[in-house]
Amino acid sequence: MIKVGIPHSLFYFYYYPLWKTFFEELGAQVVRSHPTSRLTVDQGVRLAVDEACFPIKVYFGHVKELADRGVDYLFVPRLVSVEPKSYICPKFMGLPDMIRACISHLPPLIDITVDVSKTDKFLHKDIIRVGRIFGASSKSIRAAYQKGLQELRFCRALATQGLTPQEAIRVWEGDQAPEVGPERLRLGVLGHGYSLYDGVISMNLIQHLRTLGCRAILAEHVDPGVIEIHAATLCKRVFWTLGRNMVGSALHFDQDEQIDGIVYLACFGCGPDSLIGEIIERRIVNKPFIMLTVDEHTGEAGMITRLEAFVDMIERNRRRAIENHFSAHG
Amino acid sequence: MKITFPHMGNAHIPIKALLSGLKLEVIPPPPITKRTLELGVKYSPEFACLPLKISVGSFIEALEQGADTVLMAGGWGPCRFGYYAQVERDILQDLGYSFRMVVLEAPDFKLSELLNQIKDLAGKVTTMEAVRAALFAWFKLNAVDRLEICLEKVLPRAVHKDEVMKTYHLALQEIDQADSREQVNRALSRMTTYMESFEQHHQPVLRLGLVGEIYTILEPSCNYHIIEQLGRMNVEVKRSVYTSNWVNDHLLGGMAKRTNRRQILASARPYLNYFVGGHGRETVGYAVEFARQRFDGIIQIGPLTCMPEIVAQSVLGQVGEQEGIPVMTMYFDEHSGAAGIQTRLEAFVDMLQRRNRLNQLQIQEDDVHAYVPGC
Repeated sequence: MIKVGIPHSLFYFYYYPLWKTFFEELGAQVVRSHPTSRLTVDQGVRLAVDEACFPIKVYFGHVKELADRGVDYLFVPRLVSVEPKSYICPKFMGLPDMIRACISHLPPLIDITVDVSKTDKFLHKDIIRVGRIFGASSKSIRAAYQKGLQELRFCRALATQGLTPQEAIRVWEGDQAPEVGPERLRLGVLGHGYSLYDGVISMNLIQHLRTLGCRAILAEHVDPGVIEIHAATLCKRVFWTLGRNMVGSALHFDQDEQIDGIVYLACFGCGPDSLIGEIIERRIVNKPFIMLTVDEHTGEAGMITRLEAFVDMIERNRRRAIENHFSAHG
Repeated sequence: MKITFPHMGNAHIPIKALLSGLKLEVIPPPPITKRTLELGVKYSPEFACLPLKISVGSFIEALEQGADTVLMAGGWGPCRFGYYAQVERDILQDLGYSFRMVVLEAPDFKLSELLNQIKDLAGKVTTMEAVRAALFAWFKLNAVDRLEICLEKVLPRAVHKDEVMKTYHLALQEIDQADSREQVNRALSRMTTYMESFEQHHQPVLRLGLVGEIYTILEPSCNYHIIEQLGRMNVEVKRSVYTSNWVNDHLLGGMAKRTNRRQILASARPYLNYFVGGHGRETVGYAVEFARQRFDGIIQIGPLTCMPEIVAQSVLGQVGEQEGIPVMTMYFDEHSGAAGIQTRLEAFVDMLQRRNRLNQLQIQEDDVHAYVPGC
């Protein structure tokens, strides 16, 4: 059986059910790298150029792990654009080339090009090309892709129930949904999914918030239509897919009565974050806002301290607001 | 209406010619100084790239001088530049300046649309006058480029480098002030002849290819005058970007003069196989091209955190190995110290010189073995 390695990083969090179903339907065995660990980070940092952002370095670590485990093919898609007239990030567009240039002794890459900015004709052609590797007919390849899309929609529907995409994937694979404890606060949590939902990159941000009694409301939990409406209020359409999601969700959180504050997780050196963060920060007027920047050097304790301070501040403000409503005259 | 625009190398000379030809009152951005950078760094997002910070500082200084309209270019990504204007407007408005920002968006990079936008801005000129202004600006742009190329050639070979630099700056001023094509031509030919007549030394001159992000390559204050510094070390620099070529390729559809863009993009394969925004593909393509033209080395420059250049940098190591050429990457931000940069450049140039000497020795040795009679 042909073994296809899928790195547990970057767009894994958005598309894994699709890819896994697709390859399994074609009769391949899918090998997923382990969740990011310190070892993954160390290997990635060693292989990637210094200036690359943290998530890219982590991805290099995952690729290395899979290459060492001896898979037959490595799935490293070139994600240019997943919706019309939008991009992801230049680094995703050159990812297979970067991987090939920086890591030696690689198994052959399956570098499918996803570019639907103008037309999805080429994507369908490329899917057929990839399917042929496994000796399947065009009809069965198309059927496998449709099945994958179906599974993806199902998994995304799970994620809207208050789970993170990472948890949704686990539930989709048959695990139990995690218990959600009592909530004191509801915080809007923003960031590129591949940083936010990776335990090591985000340093368990969402887990820590839950421990502090906060419920994390993510961009995935907001209705896409609502995001579009809010994002459209900017003078110019944001041309990064994830950036537009973040701006739209942030503006929605700002006006949503049920949200107590907004947390933004940025990666050091991330191009879109540097401008999107600025735009969001200048437009949030009603809610407390905190921006956390992470890279491979950040210590978890420092982040917990900042989160605790942020949560304390929100609660103190709330108490004060209630106290101020008591009349001094009884 | 007093209009200003961002600084980019010597592009202010043709842009000024264009805007004044459209009968607009122009306030050219003041030269970039330490204060410009400080203002930009203070008010821009911390992790934004250096060109954004410099242009914010530049705009603030121009607005202080009384400008009320800011002209800026746009784009549709994936490079950050496309969203610059929006962030800059936010920053300047929050600082309390009242101004109008005109963003030239060229949706499909068509000259006609761009011209229409510029004409709307001008208002009171006829189409004929607008076309004439554009042609004169294009003429000046080419003159400036020819002057820059002349400098890159003369400076490494000249004995008295300060004299050359002085003449170059004088020539720029003359082109800037010229009102007609004849004046531009006269200034250009007189000054280039003068520069070429300077005394030359006979030491070996290294040839270096400079590739990378367009703004960093074109704006000396952004790259710590790297071309001048290298020229002073007797290194001749050839750049991947010349403003007139860029305008020709991206705005004029390659119609105004011959272009090698296709060949460059083809050279980028198989190292980089897809468009990555900004100048990533050009960087790799030119690096390969320079290597095949037997240049001595390549320096890649860009602003820190520049996304397309990071992709290019990742594959440049492989390019250097397979094409057999030393490659160095330098990123610039507001913290780069001039002395540190000079040290790195000197070390790189030393290494190239030693490599050349060793290669020559090797060749001589091979020759000796080949031609010893009787062997």
